[in-house]
Amino acid sequence: MGKQPAAVVGIGQTHHRAKRLDVSMAGLCREAMDRALEDAGMTLDEIDAIVVGKAPDLFEGVMMPELFLAEALGAAGKPLLRVHTAGSVGGSTAIVAASLVQAGIHRKVLTVAYEKQSESNAMWALSVPVPFNMPVHAGAGGYFAPHVRSYIRRSGAPNHVGAIVAAKDRNNALKNPYAHLHNEGTTVESVLASQMLWDPIRYDETCPSSDGACALVIASEDVAAASPNPAWIHGTVMRSEATSAAERDQVNPQASRDAAAALWKQAGIASPIDEIDMAEIYVPFSWFEPMWLESLGFAEEGGGWMLTESGATALDGRLPVNASGGVLSSNPIGASGMLRFGEAALQVRGLAGEHQVDGARKALGHAYGGGSQFFAMWVVGSDKPTS
Amino acid sequence: MPRTLSAPVTVAFDYTRSTGPVIGRFLTGLRDGVVVGARTSEGRVVIPPPEYDPVTHQPTTDFVEVSSSGSVTSWVWVPEPVAGQPFDRPFAWALVTLDGADVPFLHALDVSSADEVSTGMRVQVRWAAERAGAITDIACFEPADDGAGAIVPFPGDDVVSGVVTPVELDYVYAASPEESAFYRGLAEGRLLGQRCPTCHKVYIPPRSACPTDGSPTTDEVELPETGTVTTFCIVNVPFLGQKITPPYVSAYVLLDGADIAFLHLILDIPAEEVHMGLRVKAVWKPREEWGTTIENISHFAPTGEPDADYDTYKNQL
Repeated sequence: MGKQPAAVVGIGQTHHRAKRLDVSMAGLCREAMDRALEDAGMTLDEIDAIVVGKAPDLFEGVMMPELFLAEALGAAGKPLLRVHTAGSVGGSTAIVAASLVQAGIHRKVLTVAYEKQSESNAMWALSVPVPFNMPVHAGAGGYFAPHVRSYIRRSGAPNHVGAIVAAKDRNNALKNPYAHLHNEGTTVESVLASQMLWDPIRYDETCPSSDGACALVIASEDVAAASPNPAWIHGTVMRSEATSAAERDQVNPQASRDAAAALWKQAGIASPIDEIDMAEIYVPFSWFEPMWLESLGFAEEGGGWMLTESGATALDGRLPVNASGGVLSSNPIGASGMLRFGEAALQVRGLAGEHQVDGARKALGHAYGGGSQFFAMWVVGSDKPTS
Repeated sequence: MPRTLSAPVTVAFDYTRSTGPVIGRFLTGLRDGVVVGARTSEGRVVIPPPEYDPVTHQPTTDFVEVSSSGSVTSWVWVPEPVAGQPFDRPFAWALVTLDGADVPFLHALDVSSADEVSTGMRVQVRWAAERAGAITDIACFEPADDGAGAIVPFPGDDVVSGVVTPVELDYVYAASPEESAFYRGLAEGRLLGQRCPTCHKVYIPPRSACPTDGSPTTDEVELPETGTVTTFCIVNVPFLGQKITPPYVSAYVLLDGADIAFLHLILDIPAEEVHMGLRVKAVWKPREEWGTTIENISHFAPTGEPDADYDTYKNQL
């Protein structure tokens, strides 16, 4: 027996900010959950199971936060699962929730992912020195910057492509009331003029540190039939690989390429650039847009930057990428992947508001995490999948 | 000599918690010398107040002040307290049901021996003299007397919305046997890697098992102290816990004969002149400063040779 059809029927997110000092972790999650439930026209009592995701526990200093959150999340008397796959966790959490419905185990699953970065300091948490080793690690930016340099060398991309991405996403965020950064007047020139933090990554090419949460209600076919605008799940894929192996391709990782190939096959997509109407791709540093465009098969190897430079990824382009403003405009780490998945679903439901892509009927949600080690992606569509 | 090297690690941070309005109300009460609970939809008074009702899931709004005296519901004796506990002398952890509450609440009970504790005994809050809006504003419970729970006024008119929770983890980091051999080699000024017997890739530091095919790595390979910068970044950003003052170049150095690069520092060249393919050699610290660590190599510096051909390291990018 194959997978049962499943759809996203409710989406909620918080207003993402640097510091949400007005709410606890539970309050942050509930803000997103309550919006998702309202959107779905459901109450917590109707939910069969809850799946929660967040990034490393060191970010808030709470071991296994699902234990203390269980009651506030309405999980008493229900299955509660916690998922962790570093930065991709928001995506993989949504996929675990979807799989509970697709497997025919539950009919209504609520999933929520969050991060409250203001409770600590992610840069510190990602750079704890390891004995005997060289203490040259400098957070996520320090980790990814050398691989961005490798991409630029391999592809021959001009230096301003990263700035094009940053200016685009920051301007898209102006149309998204939930986005953390609302930086008016960001231009390619202003991005290029911003401080070089982890050369070759500039300040304006870097994601912010945010407090925020995202929640989705995922329902079975019979439940979704009552929804006026379900986002049907056409394919879900997760892949992992070793963080460090000889000659591992950190620019275009094997796990990423394999995941994308499996996703397009599952979703019955022969030419992603022609058949996907918009994409929400996990881009925490601007250069990852062209990098993932190639890895995902939207462009040939070495051609991702040309797609970006041509304007194809702009809101009115051939393949709008991160219409919401993306991770570059809001980064509650644990929730960032689910925001990509949720924004893709909002688009195919036609509910994205000012940042709605005209005629979006099939969209990609994507997340990655660890040292480009974990990948999670899904395709959602306005129409029920035919197979 | 033990087979493996180990070293202590401390991970510590003062986390800044947002309490939200419900826990904030409870902590504000403690700061003011009052225990505040909440009445749930089922009519039970719970301390501390739950943020959301366990049945209706609605935010808690019905707050109730309860007595600071109550009865021990259950307890456990702590004969040997550990660091961070409320007392450095033996004490009890007690579940205390305060008068006016329906659910017990956990805190320390200050008595000198287990013989002085019993289920059902009457106890009262001993308030801390200085209160900050934290659970430690209740110093502990103590056996009840007639002057129940004397409060030193400690006024404050702001509402508590955050607490600082210091967290400290102390543990021992253990290197694998193969890594230990690598670090011990460094203490002799040698660079010891291992070759995978299956795919023949040379790993430095060695990994115990090849990450690609899982084969145990046993063949030791001594590598030279020269290599090539494959890729790098210039760290300009200062951050908490940073060990090297920025700006500095954090680079992947591919030693000659190795199949994987490792991160190290590049010096003796202006940061803006570091580039991919730069040939470098290890610069060692004075021998008397050496330990079993890669920090014996102070940094890598240019050798002055022509750049490595791109084809020699393109598979490392």
